Amino acid sequence: MRAFKLKRDWINGWLLLLPALVFLFAFTHIPAVTTLINSFFSTPRGRRPAKFIGLDNYERMINDPVFWKVLWNNLWFAIGTIPVSVALAIVMALWVNEKLAGRSFVRMAYFTPTVLPLIAVANIWMFFYTPGFGLFDQITGFLFGWPASNYLGNPDTALNAIIVVTVWKEAGFFMIFYLAALQAIPVSLKEAAQIEGAGRWTIFWRITFPLLMPTTLFVCVNAVINSFRLVDHIFILTDGGPDNASALLLFYIYEVAFRFWETAYGATLTVALLVLLSLLAIGQFFFFDRKVHYK
Amino acid sequence: MTGASDLFDRLLNTFAAWALALLWVLPLAYAVWTAFHPAAYEARFELFAPLTLENFSKAWDAAPFARYFLNTFILVTMILAGQFFLCTLAAFAFARFEFPGRNILFALVLLQLLVMPDILMVENYKTMRLLNLVDTIPAIALPYIASGFGIFLLRQTFMTIPKELDEAARIEGASFLGVLWKVYIPLAKPTYLAYGLVSVSHHWNNFLWPLIVTNSVETRPVTVGLSIFSAIDSGIEWSVINAATLMTSGPLLIAFLLFQRQFVQSFMRAGIK
Repeated sequence: MRAFKLKRDWINGWLLLLPALVFLFAFTHIPAVTTLINSFFSTPRGRRPAKFIGLDNYERMINDPVFWKVLWNNLWFAIGTIPVSVALAIVMALWVNEKLAGRSFVRMAYFTPTVLPLIAVANIWMFFYTPGFGLFDQITGFLFGWPASNYLGNPDTALNAIIVVTVWKEAGFFMIFYLAALQAIPVSLKEAAQIEGAGRWTIFWRITFPLLMPTTLFVCVNAVINSFRLVDHIFILTDGGPDNASALLLFYIYEVAFRFWETAYGATLTVALLVLLSLLAIGQFFFFDRKVHYK
Repeated sequence: MTGASDLFDRLLNTFAAWALALLWVLPLAYAVWTAFHPAAYEARFELFAPLTLENFSKAWDAAPFARYFLNTFILVTMILAGQFFLCTLAAFAFARFEFPGRNILFALVLLQLLVMPDILMVENYKTMRLLNLVDTIPAIALPYIASGFGIFLLRQTFMTIPKELDEAARIEGASFLGVLWKVYIPLAKPTYLAYGLVSVSHHWNNFLWPLIVTNSVETRPVTVGLSIFSAIDSGIEWSVINAATLMTSGPLLIAFLLFQRQFVQSFMRAGIK
Protein backbone atom coordinates (compact mmCIF):
# COMPACT_ATOMS: atom_id res chain seq x y z
CA MET A 1 0.00 0.00 0.00
CA ARG A 2 2.76 2.41 0.99
CA ALA A 3 4.83 1.42 -2.02
CA PHE A 4 1.82 2.08 -4.19
CA LYS A 5 1.41 5.57 -2.73
CA LEU A 6 5.09 6.28 -3.32
CA LYS A 7 4.85 5.21 -6.95
CA ARG A 8 1.84 7.44 -7.40
CA ASP A 9 3.76 10.28 -5.78
CA TRP A 10 6.58 9.81 -8.28
CA ILE A 11 4.26 9.90 -11.25
CA ASN A 12 2.31 12.88 -9.98
CA GLY A 13 5.50 14.79 -9.13
CA TRP A 14 7.01 14.21 -12.54
CA LEU A 15 3.79 15.01 -14.37
CA LEU A 16 3.46 18.31 -12.51
CA LEU A 17 7.05 19.20 -13.30
CA LEU A 18 6.92 18.16 -16.93
CA PRO A 19 5.56 21.39 -18.51
CA ALA A 20 8.01 23.65 -16.69
CA LEU A 21 10.93 21.35 -17.42
CA VAL A 22 10.14 21.25 -21.13
CA PHE A 23 10.43 25.04 -21.29
CA LEU A 24 13.40 25.18 -18.96
CA PHE A 25 15.34 22.68 -21.04
CA ALA A 26 14.25 24.15 -24.36
CA PHE A 27 15.33 27.72 -23.57
CA THR A 28 18.03 27.40 -20.91
CA HIS A 29 19.77 24.07 -20.54
CA ILE A 30 19.81 22.75 -24.09
CA PRO A 31 20.83 26.16 -25.53
CA ALA A 32 23.63 26.33 -22.98
CA VAL A 33 24.94 22.97 -24.15
CA THR A 34 24.53 23.75 -27.87
CA THR A 35 26.30 27.06 -27.32
CA LEU A 36 29.29 25.10 -26.06
CA ILE A 37 29.11 22.67 -29.00
CA ASN A 38 28.75 25.45 -31.58
CA SER A 39 31.78 27.24 -30.22
CA PHE A 40 33.88 24.41 -31.74
CA PHE A 41 32.34 24.84 -35.20
CA SER A 42 32.56 27.49 -37.91
CA THR A 43 29.65 29.81 -38.67
CA PRO A 44 27.43 28.25 -41.36
CA ARG A 45 27.01 30.55 -44.36
CA GLY A 46 24.62 30.07 -47.26
CA ARG A 47 25.34 26.68 -48.79
CA ARG A 48 28.47 26.13 -46.67
CA PRO A 49 27.43 24.22 -43.54
CA ALA A 50 29.17 24.54 -40.19
CA LYS A 51 32.30 22.43 -39.90
CA PHE A 52 34.33 21.33 -36.92
CA ILE A 53 37.27 23.66 -36.37
CA GLY A 54 38.36 22.67 -32.87
CA LEU A 55 39.63 25.53 -30.78
CA ASP A 56 39.98 28.04 -33.65
CA ASN A 57 37.19 30.25 -32.29
CA TYR A 58 38.85 30.33 -28.88
CA GLU A 59 42.17 31.19 -30.48
CA ARG A 60 40.47 34.01 -32.30
CA MET A 61 38.91 35.20 -29.05
CA ILE A 62 42.26 35.26 -27.26
CA ASN A 63 43.77 37.24 -30.13
CA ASP A 64 40.79 39.58 -30.42
CA PRO A 65 41.70 42.98 -28.97
CA VAL A 66 38.01 43.99 -28.85
CA PHE A 67 37.22 40.99 -26.64
CA TRP A 68 39.86 42.02 -24.12
CA LYS A 69 38.68 45.58 -24.29
CA VAL A 70 35.03 44.74 -23.55
CA LEU A 71 36.12 42.34 -20.80
CA TRP A 72 38.19 45.11 -19.25
CA ASN A 73 35.28 47.53 -19.68
CA ASN A 74 32.98 45.06 -17.97
CA LEU A 75 35.39 44.78 -15.06
CA TRP A 76 35.45 48.57 -14.72
CA PHE A 77 31.71 48.70 -15.05
CA ALA A 78 31.37 46.17 -12.20
CA ILE A 79 33.91 47.97 -10.01
CA GLY A 80 32.26 51.30 -10.77
CA THR A 81 28.66 50.26 -10.21
CA ILE A 82 28.58 47.55 -7.51
CA PRO A 83 30.30 49.16 -4.48
CA VAL A 84 28.71 52.55 -5.10
CA SER A 85 25.17 51.31 -5.63
CA VAL A 86 25.34 48.86 -2.69
CA ALA A 87 26.77 51.51 -0.34
CA LEU A 88 24.15 54.02 -1.48
CA ALA A 89 21.47 51.38 -1.02
CA ILE A 90 22.50 50.82 2.62
CA VAL A 91 22.58 54.55 3.35
CA MET A 92 19.20 55.07 1.67
CA ALA A 93 17.67 52.18 3.61
CA LEU A 94 19.01 53.49 6.92
CA TRP A 95 17.55 56.90 6.18
CA VAL A 96 14.08 55.82 5.15
CA ASN A 97 13.91 53.30 7.98
CA GLU A 98 14.19 56.08 10.56
CA LYS A 99 11.69 58.74 11.47
CA LEU A 100 12.38 61.34 8.83
CA ALA A 101 10.41 64.37 7.73
CA GLY A 102 8.71 63.53 4.41
CA ARG A 103 9.85 59.93 4.57
CA SER A 104 7.38 58.56 2.07
CA PHE A 105 8.45 61.12 -0.55
CA VAL A 106 12.12 60.31 0.01
CA ARG A 107 11.46 56.58 -0.22
CA MET A 108 9.47 57.05 -3.41
CA ALA A 109 12.20 59.23 -4.91
CA TYR A 110 14.84 56.55 -4.34
CA PHE A 111 12.72 53.74 -5.68
CA THR A 112 11.13 55.38 -8.75
CA PRO A 113 14.06 54.77 -11.18
CA THR A 114 13.61 51.03 -10.59
CA VAL A 115 10.17 51.11 -12.18
CA LEU A 116 11.33 52.89 -15.35
CA PRO A 117 12.53 50.93 -18.39
CA LEU A 118 16.27 51.28 -18.90
CA ILE A 119 15.56 52.49 -22.42
CA ALA A 120 13.43 55.34 -21.07
CA VAL A 121 16.07 56.14 -18.46
CA ALA A 122 18.71 56.35 -21.18
CA ASN A 123 16.53 58.75 -23.17
CA ILE A 124 16.28 61.10 -20.23
CA TRP A 125 19.99 61.01 -19.44
CA MET A 126 20.87 61.49 -23.08
CA PHE A 127 19.83 65.10 -22.76
CA PHE A 128 21.93 65.63 -19.62
CA TYR A 129 25.01 64.54 -21.51
CA THR A 130 24.34 66.53 -24.70
CA PRO A 131 27.41 68.68 -25.46
CA GLY A 132 26.90 72.41 -24.94
CA PHE A 133 23.15 72.20 -24.58
CA GLY A 134 22.80 69.48 -21.92
CA LEU A 135 22.25 69.99 -18.23
CA PHE A 136 25.78 69.01 -17.14
CA ASP A 137 27.39 71.43 -19.53
CA GLN A 138 25.00 74.18 -18.54
CA ILE A 139 25.83 73.67 -14.87
CA THR A 140 29.60 73.38 -15.27
CA GLY A 141 29.57 76.25 -17.75
CA PHE A 142 27.57 78.44 -15.41
CA LEU A 143 29.49 77.60 -12.23
CA PHE A 144 33.05 77.21 -13.48
CA GLY A 145 32.92 78.61 -17.01
CA TRP A 146 34.02 75.24 -18.43
CA PRO A 147 33.74 74.74 -22.20
CA ALA A 148 31.28 72.23 -23.66
CA SER A 149 32.35 68.63 -23.25
CA ASN A 150 31.13 65.55 -25.07
CA TYR A 151 30.82 63.03 -22.23
CA LEU A 152 29.39 60.24 -24.39
CA GLY A 153 31.59 60.89 -27.42
CA ASN A 154 34.85 60.89 -25.50
CA PRO A 155 36.49 57.46 -24.97
CA ASP A 156 37.76 58.56 -21.56
CA THR A 157 34.35 59.45 -20.14
CA ALA A 158 31.80 57.35 -22.10
CA LEU A 159 31.92 54.32 -19.80
CA ASN A 160 31.79 56.48 -16.68
CA ALA A 161 28.74 58.25 -18.03
CA ILE A 162 27.06 54.84 -18.42
CA ILE A 163 28.13 53.86 -14.89
CA VAL A 164 26.45 56.96 -13.44
CA VAL A 165 23.16 56.10 -15.15
CA THR A 166 23.35 52.50 -13.92
CA VAL A 167 24.01 53.50 -10.31
CA TRP A 168 21.07 55.90 -10.43
CA LYS A 169 18.86 53.11 -11.74
CA GLU A 170 19.99 50.34 -9.38
CA ALA A 171 20.63 51.84 -5.94
CA GLY A 172 16.93 52.21 -5.10
CA PHE A 173 16.23 48.63 -6.10
CA PHE A 174 18.87 47.27 -3.72
CA MET A 175 17.61 49.67 -1.04
CA ILE A 176 14.35 47.71 -0.85
CA PHE A 177 16.15 44.52 0.17
CA TYR A 178 18.11 46.34 2.85
CA LEU A 179 14.94 47.97 4.09
CA ALA A 180 13.34 44.56 4.49
CA ALA A 181 16.41 43.30 6.36
CA LEU A 182 16.54 46.35 8.63
CA GLN A 183 12.94 45.90 9.63
CA ALA A 184 13.69 42.33 10.65
CA ILE A 185 16.41 43.40 13.12
CA PRO A 186 14.98 43.46 16.66
CA VAL A 187 14.88 46.97 18.16
CA SER A 188 15.93 45.54 21.53
CA LEU A 189 19.47 44.94 20.24
CA LYS A 190 19.89 48.59 19.36
CA GLU A 191 18.33 49.76 22.61
CA ALA A 192 20.60 47.52 24.65
CA ALA A 193 23.64 48.95 22.89
CA GLN A 194 22.40 52.50 23.48
CA ILE A 195 22.06 51.83 27.20
CA GLU A 196 25.65 50.62 27.18
CA GLY A 197 26.52 54.00 25.71
CA ALA A 198 27.29 52.99 22.13
CA GLY A 199 27.08 55.76 19.53
CA ARG A 200 25.33 55.54 16.17
CA TRP A 201 28.56 54.69 14.38
CA THR A 202 29.40 51.83 16.74
CA ILE A 203 25.88 50.47 16.55
CA PHE A 204 26.06 50.45 12.77
CA TRP A 205 29.42 48.72 12.45
CA ARG A 206 29.03 46.31 15.36
CA ILE A 207 25.34 45.38 15.14
CA THR A 208 23.49 46.51 12.04
CA PHE A 209 26.14 45.89 9.40
CA PRO A 210 27.01 42.31 10.48
CA LEU A 211 23.31 41.45 10.64
CA LEU A 212 22.88 42.79 7.11
CA MET A 213 25.52 40.42 5.74
CA PRO A 214 23.09 37.80 4.29
CA THR A 215 21.32 40.64 2.46
CA THR A 216 24.64 41.97 1.23
CA LEU A 217 25.45 38.54 -0.17
CA PHE A 218 22.11 38.40 -1.93
CA VAL A 219 22.41 41.94 -3.26
CA CYS A 220 26.00 41.43 -4.41
CA VAL A 221 25.18 38.27 -6.32
CA ASN A 222 22.37 40.18 -8.02
CA ALA A 223 24.60 43.18 -8.70
CA VAL A 224 27.29 41.01 -10.27
CA ILE A 225 24.78 39.26 -12.52
CA ASN A 226 23.31 42.65 -13.43
CA SER A 227 26.70 44.09 -14.32
CA PHE A 228 26.92 41.49 -17.07
CA ARG A 229 23.31 41.73 -18.09
CA LEU A 230 22.38 45.43 -18.13
CA VAL A 231 23.23 46.68 -21.59
CA ASP A 232 19.96 48.28 -22.75
CA HIS A 233 21.06 51.87 -22.12
CA ILE A 234 24.22 51.38 -24.18
CA PHE A 235 22.03 51.03 -27.28
CA ILE A 236 20.64 54.54 -26.78
CA LEU A 237 23.52 56.37 -25.16
CA THR A 238 26.65 55.33 -27.05
CA ASP A 239 26.00 52.22 -29.16
CA GLY A 240 29.17 50.83 -27.63
CA GLY A 241 31.30 53.66 -28.96
CA PRO A 242 33.45 55.59 -29.35
CA ASP A 243 35.84 52.86 -30.54
CA ASN A 244 34.22 50.26 -28.20
CA ALA A 245 35.08 52.39 -25.18
CA SER A 246 31.67 51.74 -23.61
CA ALA A 247 30.85 48.28 -25.00
CA LEU A 248 30.28 45.51 -22.47
CA LEU A 249 30.57 41.76 -23.02
CA LEU A 250 26.88 41.07 -23.63
CA PHE A 251 26.64 44.05 -25.99
CA TYR A 252 29.64 42.71 -27.92
CA ILE A 253 27.98 39.28 -28.15
CA TYR A 254 24.90 40.98 -29.62
CA GLU A 255 27.05 42.89 -32.12
CA VAL A 256 29.03 39.84 -33.24
CA ALA A 257 25.98 37.59 -33.55
CA PHE A 258 23.30 39.95 -34.85
CA ARG A 259 25.17 42.74 -36.64
CA PHE A 260 28.02 40.74 -38.18
CA TRP A 261 26.12 37.40 -38.13
CA GLU A 262 29.14 35.51 -36.82
CA THR A 263 27.03 33.18 -34.72
CA ALA A 264 29.80 30.65 -33.98
CA TYR A 265 32.10 33.33 -32.63
CA GLY A 266 29.12 34.74 -30.71
CA ALA A 267 28.67 31.31 -29.14
CA THR A 268 32.34 31.28 -28.13
CA LEU A 269 31.98 34.67 -26.45
CA THR A 270 28.83 33.42 -24.72
CA VAL A 271 30.77 30.46 -23.32
CA ALA A 272 33.32 32.91 -21.95
CA LEU A 273 30.52 34.90 -20.31
CA LEU A 274 28.92 31.77 -18.82
CA VAL A 275 32.25 30.57 -17.41
CA LEU A 276 32.89 34.00 -15.95
CA LEU A 277 29.44 34.18 -14.35
CA SER A 278 29.71 30.74 -12.75
CA LEU A 279 33.20 31.43 -11.42
CA LEU A 280 32.00 34.68 -9.90
CA ALA A 281 28.93 33.05 -8.37
CA ILE A 282 30.96 30.22 -6.85
CA GLY A 283 33.69 32.56 -5.65
CA GLN A 284 31.24 34.98 -4.09
CA PHE A 285 29.37 32.22 -2.37
CA PHE A 286 32.47 30.80 -0.71
CA PHE A 287 33.94 34.21 0.09
CA PHE A 288 30.81 35.51 1.76
CA ASP A 289 29.61 32.26 3.26
CA ARG A 290 32.44 32.28 5.79
CA LYS A 291 31.73 35.82 6.87
CA VAL A 292 27.96 35.79 6.87
CA HIS A 293 26.28 35.30 10.23
CA TYR A 294 23.04 33.49 9.75
CA LYS A 295 20.60 33.59 12.58
CA MET B 1 25.05 61.68 23.76
CA THR B 2 23.71 65.17 24.48
CA GLY B 3 20.37 66.39 23.21
CA ALA B 4 21.82 69.23 21.12
CA SER B 5 24.28 67.10 19.20
CA ASP B 6 21.57 64.50 18.70
CA LEU B 7 19.32 67.13 17.19
CA PHE B 8 22.14 68.38 14.98
CA ASP B 9 22.80 64.83 13.90
CA ARG B 10 19.17 64.31 13.00
CA LEU B 11 18.99 67.57 11.04
CA LEU B 12 22.11 66.69 9.10
CA ASN B 13 20.72 63.27 8.22
CA THR B 14 17.38 64.68 7.14
CA PHE B 15 19.14 67.27 5.01
CA ALA B 16 21.38 64.67 3.34
CA ALA B 17 18.48 62.26 2.76
CA TRP B 18 16.50 65.04 1.10
CA ALA B 19 19.43 66.22 -1.01
CA LEU B 20 19.92 62.71 -2.36
CA ALA B 21 16.17 62.31 -2.93
CA LEU B 22 16.05 65.53 -4.95
CA LEU B 23 19.06 64.44 -6.96
CA TRP B 24 17.27 61.16 -7.59
CA VAL B 25 14.02 62.71 -8.85
CA LEU B 26 15.80 65.38 -10.89
CA PRO B 27 16.05 63.36 -14.12
CA LEU B 28 12.39 62.41 -13.98
CA ALA B 29 11.32 65.93 -13.00
CA TYR B 30 13.26 67.26 -15.95
CA ALA B 31 11.56 64.80 -18.31
CA VAL B 32 8.16 65.87 -17.01
CA TRP B 33 9.08 69.53 -17.40
CA THR B 34 10.13 69.28 -21.05
CA ALA B 35 7.29 66.96 -21.98
CA PHE B 36 4.68 69.47 -20.79
CA HIS B 37 6.29 72.63 -22.20
CA PRO B 38 6.89 73.88 -25.74
CA ALA B 39 10.25 73.01 -27.31
CA ALA B 40 11.57 76.52 -26.68
CA TYR B 41 11.69 75.78 -22.94
CA GLU B 42 13.68 72.54 -23.25
CA ALA B 43 16.60 73.98 -21.35
CA ARG B 44 15.09 77.21 -20.04
CA PHE B 45 13.43 76.73 -16.73
CA GLU B 46 10.99 79.56 -16.18
CA LEU B 47 8.30 79.18 -13.60
CA PHE B 48 5.51 80.56 -15.76
CA ALA B 49 6.39 78.93 -19.06
CA PRO B 50 3.21 77.94 -20.90
CA LEU B 51 2.01 74.38 -20.42
CA THR B 52 1.13 72.22 -23.41
CA LEU B 53 0.10 68.70 -24.31
CA GLU B 54 1.23 69.12 -27.88
CA ASN B 55 4.42 67.07 -27.40
CA PHE B 56 2.36 64.04 -26.48
CA SER B 57 0.12 64.29 -29.52
CA LYS B 58 3.16 64.83 -31.75
CA ALA B 59 4.85 61.73 -30.33
CA TRP B 60 1.64 59.72 -30.59
CA ASP B 61 1.30 60.66 -34.27
CA ALA B 62 4.96 60.13 -35.12
CA ALA B 63 5.02 56.43 -34.27
CA PRO B 64 2.42 53.66 -33.89
CA PHE B 65 2.45 53.80 -30.10
CA ALA B 66 -1.06 52.41 -29.78
CA ARG B 67 0.12 49.26 -31.50
CA TYR B 68 3.26 49.09 -29.35
CA PHE B 69 1.17 49.37 -26.19
CA LEU B 70 -1.18 46.64 -27.34
CA ASN B 71 1.82 44.39 -28.11
CA THR B 72 3.36 44.98 -24.70
CA PHE B 73 0.03 44.37 -23.02
CA ILE B 74 -0.45 41.07 -24.84
CA LEU B 75 3.16 40.11 -24.13
CA VAL B 76 3.00 40.83 -20.42
CA THR B 77 -0.33 39.03 -20.00
CA MET B 78 0.89 36.01 -21.94
CA ILE B 79 4.07 35.72 -19.88
CA LEU B 80 2.25 36.18 -16.57
CA ALA B 81 -0.43 33.60 -17.36
CA GLY B 82 2.19 31.09 -18.51
CA GLN B 83 4.40 31.72 -15.51
CA PHE B 84 1.55 31.35 -13.03
CA PHE B 85 0.47 28.08 -14.58
CA LEU B 86 3.86 26.41 -15.03
CA CYS B 87 5.46 27.71 -11.85
CA THR B 88 2.47 26.71 -9.69
CA LEU B 89 2.54 23.11 -10.91
CA ALA B 90 6.31 22.81 -10.60
CA ALA B 91 6.44 24.50 -7.18
CA PHE B 92 3.70 22.19 -5.89
CA ALA B 93 5.64 19.15 -7.11
CA PHE B 94 8.83 20.33 -5.37
CA ALA B 95 7.03 21.28 -2.16
CA ARG B 96 4.78 18.25 -1.61
CA PHE B 97 5.86 15.20 -3.59
CA GLU B 98 8.69 12.73 -2.99
CA PHE B 99 10.20 11.47 -6.21
CA PRO B 100 13.65 10.41 -7.37
CA GLY B 101 15.68 13.16 -9.02
CA ARG B 102 13.92 15.92 -7.11
CA ASN B 103 17.07 17.58 -5.82
CA ILE B 104 18.89 17.50 -9.14
CA LEU B 105 15.88 18.91 -10.96
CA PHE B 106 15.53 21.65 -8.38
CA ALA B 107 19.20 22.55 -8.82
CA LEU B 108 18.59 22.77 -12.58
CA VAL B 109 15.71 25.16 -11.91
CA LEU B 110 17.86 27.36 -9.69
CA LEU B 111 20.59 27.44 -12.32
CA GLN B 112 18.27 29.60 -14.39
CA LEU B 113 18.68 32.41 -11.84
CA LEU B 114 22.26 32.69 -13.05
CA VAL B 115 21.88 31.89 -16.74
CA MET B 116 19.08 34.10 -18.00
CA PRO B 117 17.58 33.60 -21.46
CA ASP B 118 19.02 36.97 -22.60
CA ILE B 119 22.54 35.57 -22.30
CA LEU B 120 21.70 32.64 -24.58
CA MET B 121 20.20 34.89 -27.25
CA VAL B 122 22.12 33.35 -30.17
CA GLU B 123 20.80 29.84 -29.54
CA ASN B 124 17.32 30.97 -28.55
CA TYR B 125 17.07 32.94 -31.78
CA LYS B 126 17.97 29.80 -33.74
CA THR B 127 15.28 27.88 -31.85
CA MET B 128 12.69 30.51 -32.72
CA ARG B 129 13.71 30.35 -36.37
CA LEU B 130 13.40 26.57 -36.26
CA LEU B 131 9.90 26.86 -34.77
CA ASN B 132 9.11 29.51 -37.39
CA LEU B 133 8.20 31.97 -34.65
CA VAL B 134 10.62 34.84 -35.37
CA ASP B 135 8.81 38.19 -35.28
CA THR B 136 5.86 36.97 -33.23
CA ILE B 137 4.85 37.89 -29.70
CA PRO B 138 5.02 34.27 -28.43
CA ALA B 139 8.67 34.26 -29.49
CA ILE B 140 9.35 37.09 -27.04
CA ALA B 141 7.44 35.35 -24.26
CA LEU B 142 8.43 31.67 -24.49
CA PRO B 143 11.97 31.78 -23.05
CA TYR B 144 10.72 33.48 -19.88
CA ILE B 145 7.69 31.34 -19.08
CA ALA B 146 9.41 28.65 -17.00
CA SER B 147 10.84 31.11 -14.51
CA GLY B 148 13.29 29.65 -12.00
CA PHE B 149 12.63 32.58 -9.72
CA GLY B 150 8.87 32.01 -9.81
CA ILE B 151 9.20 28.30 -9.07
CA PHE B 152 11.55 29.01 -6.18
CA LEU B 153 9.33 31.72 -4.69
CA LEU B 154 6.13 29.66 -4.88
CA ARG B 155 7.86 26.56 -3.53
CA GLN B 156 8.99 28.53 -0.48
CA THR B 157 5.44 29.72 0.11
CA PHE B 158 3.87 26.30 -0.41
CA MET B 159 6.29 24.73 2.06
CA THR B 160 5.07 27.03 4.83
CA ILE B 161 1.49 25.75 4.43
CA PRO B 162 0.78 23.19 7.20
CA LYS B 163 0.43 19.62 5.99
CA GLU B 164 -2.62 19.10 8.24
CA LEU B 165 -4.70 21.36 5.99
CA ASP B 166 -3.62 19.31 3.04
CA GLU B 167 -4.54 16.01 4.72
CA ALA B 168 -7.89 17.29 5.93
CA ALA B 169 -8.85 18.16 2.38
CA ARG B 170 -7.65 14.79 1.15
CA ILE B 171 -9.82 12.98 3.70
CA GLU B 172 -12.80 14.92 2.44
CA GLY B 173 -12.12 13.33 -0.90
CA ALA B 174 -10.33 16.10 -2.80
CA SER B 175 -7.80 15.03 -5.44
CA PHE B 176 -4.30 16.48 -5.22
CA LEU B 177 -5.14 19.00 -7.92
CA GLY B 178 -8.25 19.92 -5.93
CA VAL B 179 -6.07 20.50 -2.88
CA LEU B 180 -3.73 22.67 -4.92
CA TRP B 181 -6.64 24.71 -6.24
CA LYS B 182 -8.66 25.02 -2.99
CA VAL B 183 -5.94 25.17 -0.33
CA TYR B 184 -2.54 26.12 -1.71
CA ILE B 185 -3.33 28.75 -4.33
CA PRO B 186 -5.72 30.79 -2.12
CA LEU B 187 -3.22 30.78 0.76
CA ALA B 188 -0.39 31.90 -1.54
CA LYS B 189 -2.28 34.94 -2.88
CA PRO B 190 0.18 37.53 -1.51
CA THR B 191 3.06 35.71 -3.17
CA TYR B 192 1.20 35.64 -6.47
CA LEU B 193 0.58 39.39 -6.19
CA ALA B 194 4.22 40.11 -5.37
CA TYR B 195 5.55 37.88 -8.11
CA GLY B 196 3.01 39.28 -10.58
CA LEU B 197 4.12 42.86 -9.96
CA VAL B 198 7.80 41.99 -10.31
CA SER B 199 7.16 39.98 -13.45
CA VAL B 200 4.96 42.60 -15.13
CA SER B 201 7.39 45.45 -14.47
CA HIS B 202 10.35 43.34 -15.59
CA HIS B 203 8.81 42.30 -18.88
CA TRP B 204 7.25 45.68 -19.57
CA ASN B 205 10.79 47.07 -19.36
CA ASN B 206 12.65 44.26 -21.15
CA PHE B 207 14.50 45.31 -24.29
CA LEU B 208 17.36 43.20 -25.64
CA TRP B 209 15.57 39.95 -26.46
CA PRO B 210 12.49 41.67 -27.98
CA LEU B 211 14.86 43.81 -30.06
CA ILE B 212 16.49 40.69 -31.49
CA VAL B 213 13.41 38.60 -32.13
CA THR B 214 11.02 41.24 -33.52
CA ASN B 215 11.32 43.35 -36.63
CA SER B 216 7.90 44.68 -37.48
CA VAL B 217 5.41 47.12 -36.01
CA GLU B 218 2.89 44.32 -35.42
CA THR B 219 5.08 42.62 -32.82
CA ARG B 220 7.37 45.28 -31.32
CA PRO B 221 6.81 46.12 -27.64
CA VAL B 222 6.98 49.72 -26.39
CA THR B 223 10.63 49.58 -25.33
CA VAL B 224 11.82 48.59 -28.80
CA GLY B 225 9.42 51.08 -30.38
CA LEU B 226 10.76 53.84 -28.17
CA SER B 227 14.38 53.04 -29.00
CA ILE B 228 13.63 53.32 -32.72
CA PHE B 229 11.68 56.50 -32.17
CA SER B 230 14.47 58.24 -30.32
CA ALA B 231 17.40 57.03 -32.43
CA ILE B 232 19.98 59.80 -32.47
CA ASP B 233 19.67 60.68 -36.16
CA SER B 234 15.88 60.82 -36.34
CA GLY B 235 15.92 64.61 -35.79
CA ILE B 236 12.99 64.70 -33.38
CA GLU B 237 12.85 67.41 -30.72
CA TRP B 238 13.82 66.61 -27.15
CA SER B 239 10.47 67.62 -25.81
CA VAL B 240 8.73 65.12 -28.10
CA ILE B 241 11.20 62.36 -27.21
CA ASN B 242 10.60 63.05 -23.53
CA ALA B 243 6.85 62.94 -24.04
CA ALA B 244 7.22 59.55 -25.71
CA THR B 245 9.52 58.39 -22.93
CA LEU B 246 6.98 59.35 -20.28
CA MET B 247 4.19 57.73 -22.24
CA THR B 248 5.95 54.37 -22.46
CA SER B 249 6.82 54.28 -18.79
CA GLY B 250 3.58 56.01 -17.82
CA PRO B 251 1.36 53.03 -17.04
CA LEU B 252 3.96 51.52 -14.71
CA LEU B 253 4.70 54.90 -13.11
CA ILE B 254 1.03 55.58 -12.44
CA ALA B 255 0.53 52.07 -11.08
CA PHE B 256 3.57 52.64 -8.90
CA LEU B 257 2.29 55.96 -7.55
CA LEU B 258 -1.12 54.47 -6.80
CA PHE B 259 0.09 51.24 -5.24
CA GLN B 260 3.38 52.51 -3.87
CA ARG B 261 3.15 50.60 -0.62
CA GLN B 262 2.17 47.31 -2.24
CA PHE B 263 4.81 47.76 -4.92
CA VAL B 264 7.61 48.29 -2.44
CA GLN B 265 6.40 45.50 -0.19
CA SER B 266 6.09 43.11 -3.10
CA PHE B 267 9.67 43.79 -4.15
CA MET B 268 10.70 43.23 -0.54
CA ARG B 269 8.81 39.97 -0.30
CA ALA B 270 10.19 38.84 -3.62
CA GLY B 271 13.70 39.41 -2.35
CA ILE B 272 13.49 37.53 0.90
CA LYS B 273 14.84 34.03 0.54
